[in-house]
Amino acid sequence: MTVAGSVRGSEPPAGVLVAEVTRDELDGADLLRRLGSQSDGAVLVFEGRVRDHNSGREVVALHYDAYREMADDVLREIASEALQKSGASSIGVRHRVGSLAPPCVSLVVAVAAAHRRPAYEASSYVIEELKRRLPLWKREEYADGTSRWLGGRTPPVSQPDPVPSTGRELG
Amino acid sequence: MADYRGSLGVTDRFEVAVRLFGQHRELVGESVISVEFHAGGTVADLRKTLAAHPVLGAALDGAAVALNRTYQPDDAPVREGDEVAVIPPVAGG
Repeated sequence: MTVAGSVRGSEPPAGVLVAEVTRDELDGADLLRRLGSQSDGAVLVFEGRVRDHNSGREVVALHYDAYREMADDVLREIASEALQKSGASSIGVRHRVGSLAPPCVSLVVAVAAAHRRPAYEASSYVIEELKRRLPLWKREEYADGTSRWLGGRTPPVSQPDPVPSTGRELG
Repeated sequence: MADYRGSLGVTDRFEVAVRLFGQHRELVGESVISVEFHAGGTVADLRKTLAAHPVLGAALDGAAVALNRTYQPDDAPVREGDEVAVIPPVAGG
């Protein structure tokens, strides 16, 4: 297996402020304030929120379930890869689990980088990859009292090939 | 009677605790199921064993298998003591 074993364990890898699944309320602005330095000219935060509709149905809650122990490892890997691939300098990722009503925040990704492009790239990479391989599931509950587990993706066996750092062009 | 089989290696069969999540856990009504397994078996063998489960068997389309918190291919060996999980299609975000 080509697992990024170095990022597994309790300590986040360099540049990763936090990468975890949590039951706690999420605050993107707070995470963003804790990131970055004077060499970072671009900071941004993405918040994923529970919306009140899906496929024409009224949604009253999303129930998130996760394989917590593995999910923390996978999030750390993804966050570390995002920094390596984009050249962004620091990142924080938190995904919430439990029962969330609209418009609760289910995901925050905060990034700091010297320039805007690596910041956007890192943020986008994290979201796309966690949808691909984070062991986490959601059941949608509707206004009519019914609910269903949302379809997802089969996670890939191997990690993406290591890519040299890029994205250091001026943003 | 003490279970001496695994530690002494005098038999090639052992129990695997398989963790379930999401719709699988809800369908089966358990977060862990125990399946009998054999030394030298692989993820593919585990899939065959699980496919015979009366409830889970029909719900394994698109599922992955994680050993020790890492997604594994069908030819990966399953060893006694591994942390085994069946991962339904994931849907984060």
